[in-house]
Amino acid sequence: MTDWIDVSALEDVPVRGARVVKTALGCVAVFRTGADTVHALDNACPHKGGPLAEGIVHGTSVTCPLHNWVFSLETGEAQGADEGRVNTYPARVEDGRILLEAAFLRARVAAE
Amino acid sequence: MTQKLIVIGAGMASGRVLEHLVEQAPDAYDITLFNSEPRGNYNRIMLSPVLAGDKTYEEIVTHDDAWYAEHGVDCRFGQRVEGIDTAAKTVTAPGGEVLSYDKLVLGTGSNPFMIPLPGHDLEGVIAYRDLEDTEKMMEMGAGHKVVVIGGGLLGLEAAAGMAARGVDVTVIHIMGHLMERQLDESAGFLLRRALEDKGITVKCQANSKEILGENGKVRALLLDDGTELPCDLLVMAVGIRPNVALGKEAGLAVGRGIHVDDQMVTSDPDVLAVGECVEHNGAVFGLVAPLYDQAKVAAQTLLGEDAAFVQKELSTKLKVTGCDLFSAGDFAEGEGREDIVFRDPARGVYRRLVIESDVIVGAVMYGDTADSNWFFGLIKDKENIAEMRDTVIFGPAYQGGAPLDPLAAVAALPRDAEICGCNGICKGQIEDAIAAGATDLGAIKATTKASASCGTCTGLVEQVLAVTLGDDFVMPAAQTMCGCTDMTHEDVRRMIKSQKLTSMPAVWQACDWKTPDGCHVCRPALNYYLLADWPLEYADDPQSRFINERKHANIQKDGTFSVVPRMWGGVTTPSELRAIADAAEKYDVPTVKVTGGQRIDLLGVKGEDLPAIWKDLNDAGMVSGYAYSKGLRTVKTCVGTDHCRFGTQDSTGLGIKLEKILHGAWTPHKLKLAVSGCPRNCAEATCKDIGIICVDSGYQVSIGGAAGMDVKETELLIQVPTEDEAIAVVCAVTQLYRENGKYLDRIYKWLAKVGMDWVKEQIEDEATRAALVDRFEISQSVYRHDPWAQHAAEKPQSYQPLANLSLEAAE
Repeated sequence: MTDWIDVSALEDVPVRGARVVKTALGCVAVFRTGADTVHALDNACPHKGGPLAEGIVHGTSVTCPLHNWVFSLETGEAQGADEGRVNTYPARVEDGRILLEAAFLRARVAAE
Repeated sequence: MTQKLIVIGAGMASGRVLEHLVEQAPDAYDITLFNSEPRGNYNRIMLSPVLAGDKTYEEIVTHDDAWYAEHGVDCRFGQRVEGIDTAAKTVTAPGGEVLSYDKLVLGTGSNPFMIPLPGHDLEGVIAYRDLEDTEKMMEMGAGHKVVVIGGGLLGLEAAAGMAARGVDVTVIHIMGHLMERQLDESAGFLLRRALEDKGITVKCQANSKEILGENGKVRALLLDDGTELPCDLLVMAVGIRPNVALGKEAGLAVGRGIHVDDQMVTSDPDVLAVGECVEHNGAVFGLVAPLYDQAKVAAQTLLGEDAAFVQKELSTKLKVTGCDLFSAGDFAEGEGREDIVFRDPARGVYRRLVIESDVIVGAVMYGDTADSNWFFGLIKDKENIAEMRDTVIFGPAYQGGAPLDPLAAVAALPRDAEICGCNGICKGQIEDAIAAGATDLGAIKATTKASASCGTCTGLVEQVLAVTLGDDFVMPAAQTMCGCTDMTHEDVRRMIKSQKLTSMPAVWQACDWKTPDGCHVCRPALNYYLLADWPLEYADDPQSRFINERKHANIQKDGTFSVVPRMWGGVTTPSELRAIADAAEKYDVPTVKVTGGQRIDLLGVKGEDLPAIWKDLNDAGMVSGYAYSKGLRTVKTCVGTDHCRFGTQDSTGLGIKLEKILHGAWTPHKLKLAVSGCPRNCAEATCKDIGIICVDSGYQVSIGGAAGMDVKETELLIQVPTEDEAIAVVCAVTQLYRENGKYLDRIYKWLAKVGMDWVKEQIEDEATRAALVDRFEISQSVYRHDPWAQHAAEKPQSYQPLANLSLEAAE
């Protein structure tokens, strides 16, 4: 059974912005798009470890603040000429609350 | 034998039926004409010019008493027909008189739709439909307030007509832009601007909640956001509905309108209907062109001739003086559709063609509608425009027999056509300069000044070069802002200013952005242009800023930040130094470094600690040093007359004053200043964006230095005798750069584009300088503040993690 964790209200994340959720194995960035969808990705760019949560969110993409790599929030894939990928995790909005799947944390532990 | 024809409704469609009948077969029918309005046929679409005072009622009468008398029409004006008996073929007039007919024509028109808001039946709430309504609006004048609900054709004509009479008019429109059925958003913006220039207040996306009254008379309109708009008259112009009551009672087939076939015959073979009351193939009608077509068909049907009504493409023109507007066809975006857009903001011209499979399917024009008939013809005839695709937007004047090259439009311009508006340079002068050896844009700028000021005519100048030099000239590709738009920075900024675009969505819509909300390249640029051009109207968007400006600190390669408190003019005190030292220890700052701009940099501060370290520094009297900003960074100074034996002026004092006035100002790129107290120039002022060298006789202000990727010495802008003037010059040139510089161009790059001569002219002219200083001060009234104090007080939590799930993972 899927086990969802209520992390915050949707308003706590700015539109076209992100906040981080701390986990035992580093931060996960929770993004909110202009269309009010939410996406959870690892908060480290595969290029030089840039904090993606600090990037500019546009459409369903984010641009890394360090060297402008662009990632799809939906797939975690680097866009354009850059190659690389960050992990994505299930996230959704219900009744104005942001929910992350509890299993993702355990999966993170297992993967490391 | 003469037959009996009864016509119910003396409107524009039935009036046209009568004209055709009496012209083609004056003796075919004995005609009786009923009209519930106490008058005959007048040109209803000219009510707006009557309202505006451009015409009188007498001038818009189509058929006067003499006309009806001449053609033997029995007029029953002011009489509302009580009923129709289609079996007996009779009509009952008021008072019970029964008249029989052989043929009956219904032209009952339409009723204005009244929104059933609470209070809609108050006195002073009217529609805009007939002469009575028009007369009520004409009673309004200066000192009266009127609210018009409905930003469509009719509502805007009513608003403009009353505004022309000095009435204070507010238009309430539920949709996001005016005339959304006829116009796209860009043209809607232009129209709104033009109406606002006429003194009309326009509120879009406004929902009416209730009409408030007093003693049975309208007093105000209440919106659902609580706004109350006082008014002496409230006009509802939100649409019309076919008037089908009489037809329905008579048992005719009725849908939205009275059903008619191609011959304009209703479900009863002896009853015809024309005009706004009919429904034909699912469509109802509100514009005059199809009504006239229907009238012609109906007349022929009455005369036993074959004719069929065919629906055609429709076009709309707005009858408001000074707003030239035309729309035709379908201009929604869609798969396989392409746009050709032409804008000339200087003239307020906008043209958009929508093309599908090489055929124009829709056109919107604003500002210059002279060619509208030609475009309408192309739409109606579904003409293939593949051959002239590149030039079609310029209109028929540029279409020759053979396929034309897009440069032909420029080639066709006369020698005295003005190319560069800023400098008044005509095409002929550019051609002469080319003949004299100027063969590229830079040389044209240098010799004629064309495109050397605002730069918006750069494309035209290049086209003149291309036309004149032929293959010898290689057209440089225009650099668009980013992949989200085909426009250059200059194009976009011109749109922002000329179309009064004051929000990012407005820019995206007006400039046809291809992405839903831009990208990391355009959003910071747009945010800058909007806040620089509309400091009071636009609210800064932190989410469109690069992280450094969003978090007011400089991100480092490991995701930590550096913090630089402001030291005005590079001057500090023992207590400030102590506070900095305390903060560095308290927050485990790994590196403390002195910067090139005479500041102390605390490197390696964790993002979560930022609000707290700022609070500590604030408490010691320090504010953000903006070391992260595309804005004023530092004013570096030497010690000047305070201590130095060579100093000529108080350079430290001036530096502090400048920094206090300029701090918080956002500019296209970073802005670094320095003030040196004598020409020995210890503050290195001559490699700054703006540098001041103090001399005995005053202050030399020079600009355009650089000491980064490029190294450049400043150029002298002006020398002024007093400190106050030096400060005014610095503010003015900063504002000039803010208003004209491309985002991410330092002053030296901007200077290379506009030329020092132009900048000197602006600054030397006292009125221009004063106006620039005023505009700078307006902007600074919003932006001269300490973001550290604000963030530490208002949103420290936004710097913390959203949640800490570290423990969950341990399960």
